[in-house]
Amino acid sequence: MGKTLFEKIWNEHVIYERDDGEGLLYIDRHLIHDLHYRSFASLKSQGIPIKEPGKLFGVPDHSVPTTAKNLEDIPKGEMREAIEGLQRSAKDFGYVHFPITDKRHGIVHVVGPEQGITLPGITLVCGDSHTSTHGALGCLSFGIGATEVEHVLATQTLWQRRPQMMRITITGQLALGVSAKDLILTIIKKISAAGGTGYAIEYTGSAIDKMSVEGRMTLCNMTIEAGSRTGIIAPDDITISYCKGLPYAPKGPLWDEAVSFWRTLRSDKDAYFDKELTIDGSAVIPMVTWGNSPQWALPISGSIPDPSLENDPMLRAEMEASLDYMDLKPGTSLSEIPIDTVFIGACTNSRIEDMRAAAEVIKGQKAKVRTLVVPGSGLVKAQAEMEGLDKIFTDAGMEWREPGCSMCIALNGDMLKPGQRAASTSNRNFQGRQGLGSRTHLVSPAMAAAASVAGHFIDVRNLYKEL
Amino acid sequence: MPNIVPFKTFSSIAVPIDIPNCDTDQIIPGRFLRKPNNDPNYHLYLFHDLRFNSDGSEKEFSFNLKQFKNGKIFISDINWGCGSSRENAVIALKANGIKSVIAPSFGDIHYNNCIKNGLLPIQLSESECSLLRRQLHQNSDSEVTIDLGTQSVTGPDSTIYNFKINSFDKLRLIRGLDDISLTMEYEEKIQEFMIDYRKKHGWAM
Repeated sequence: MGKTLFEKIWNEHVIYERDDGEGLLYIDRHLIHDLHYRSFASLKSQGIPIKEPGKLFGVPDHSVPTTAKNLEDIPKGEMREAIEGLQRSAKDFGYVHFPITDKRHGIVHVVGPEQGITLPGITLVCGDSHTSTHGALGCLSFGIGATEVEHVLATQTLWQRRPQMMRITITGQLALGVSAKDLILTIIKKISAAGGTGYAIEYTGSAIDKMSVEGRMTLCNMTIEAGSRTGIIAPDDITISYCKGLPYAPKGPLWDEAVSFWRTLRSDKDAYFDKELTIDGSAVIPMVTWGNSPQWALPISGSIPDPSLENDPMLRAEMEASLDYMDLKPGTSLSEIPIDTVFIGACTNSRIEDMRAAAEVIKGQKAKVRTLVVPGSGLVKAQAEMEGLDKIFTDAGMEWREPGCSMCIALNGDMLKPGQRAASTSNRNFQGRQGLGSRTHLVSPAMAAAASVAGHFIDVRNLYKEL
Repeated sequence: MPNIVPFKTFSSIAVPIDIPNCDTDQIIPGRFLRKPNNDPNYHLYLFHDLRFNSDGSEKEFSFNLKQFKNGKIFISDINWGCGSSRENAVIALKANGIKSVIAPSFGDIHYNNCIKNGLLPIQLSESECSLLRRQLHQNSDSEVTIDLGTQSVTGPDSTIYNFKINSFDKLRLIRGLDDISLTMEYEEKIQEFMIDYRKKHGWAM
């Protein structure tokens, strides 16, 4: 029987497979961020060295204030300690680190692909669930916990259970004003927040073939919100031209060797998938979430559902709890919901394409509510400024910030006040995610920009008709 | 490195947690993620925003109720521990003496984090978990017994439920093994692998 793309990469990296089905995998790249700075002290105290510091890359992102240009701008305390701790460990253990003063600094999941640290055909891990992002380039990537981070530091390997295989085929093409974010929210709504648990999900089909690497990253990024740790897309010409010439990508004959291997990375025609699903990409329309799980998403044309019409008592209770927390009433149309903050950023949607999509909608308009635009890296920021996008944002009265995770996880001072409601391009609408008592609605960058201009949700496709 | 205590058969009050898709942001809110694992207040971070008002007073939440306060077992709903990979969620559970979480399904990363810290995640069916939670609400001083050796849970009404667990995870929990020393025993195999790997995938080095 043929092999899936995932299995091909897995097989190249298995050192040993136990009878219980767990494999010891070799890890090609390990990314680390500020929330794991204590791992180094822990290893040091056990007298364990880092096995391959050349495979380790550090980027502070979770704790970085988006107003700080250097360490001195950050007040002494937990945030600064985490950022300095990571920086110190890079010096102590001799691995590559991108400090906040470096132009290449940013969110770990934006920096990895941008620098060519992420490549097709490799295994990549990071102590962050959104490591699924990197699978967009055709590698096997997944988030791990702190104990596993230490294990990879110490051994450059990881014990993993081989997941089941799921394939989602997206036919047709996404329409104007519809993005990868709307597609992944549609998928999560369909299969639920637990639908992908235990699976690696391969995305394929005509809509994927035409999708940019940035869009594919958005799709793979939120694969974890469907419960799956790994999203993966076969590398093609788009992927290969994206990687070519990147600072950490192979050069010369090694590049040619790499490309000829990458060309083999496609699921065989007779490969077996435990689960298959087809989605009509042309039918996807802009989405907005209304509850406290990404599965509670609806097309912008929809209205808040009525829990009393739900037959399943558990689902009904969950819906009621969401509506109570979100302060929403059944029957309210999504476009009637007023917002007081817009956040455009996070590892889901902070790449140049996302900045462009937001700017296109905002151009010549004014933000009605507080709007934070946080580019995913210094390079995205520089590119956006070269294109004059920053000017479009600031002219509209929006705040143009330094790169970092920012209001996606609210660990850097950027947050909502209790009861505030945001249109956010991030990935999680959990209770309190953007600050204690915060209310989050997940949307695409274009939809977030449109909401900023209107002060409530609107169908961004109507604006395109006017443009 | 986690502090792992070998898992032994035990009985304890079980606490019903009636939250489907209970993400790790609920188990421990983000703002506590930079706290060191030995923070003496760590036990308070567990479900902090569901358990406490901003003035520190207690909210209505099962784990706050007198009859459940000393529980060492959680019985939860589908997709327990989904979302963020934060291992701090397991640290917060352990800081409260929680030794096992029983749920119909778990977030993959959180499941691994539990195993690596010696906390036993047990998968029972949705109807079994829901029945157990209902029994606990109705008859709250009842105990639940967990025997990892026989892979069984004994409910408050003495009904026995069997569960499956990966054989190696079971061994790891019973012996309290840590992964790094275990993997180091495979060093020879790793070296052999690397010779071939370097030849074949020099571009990835």
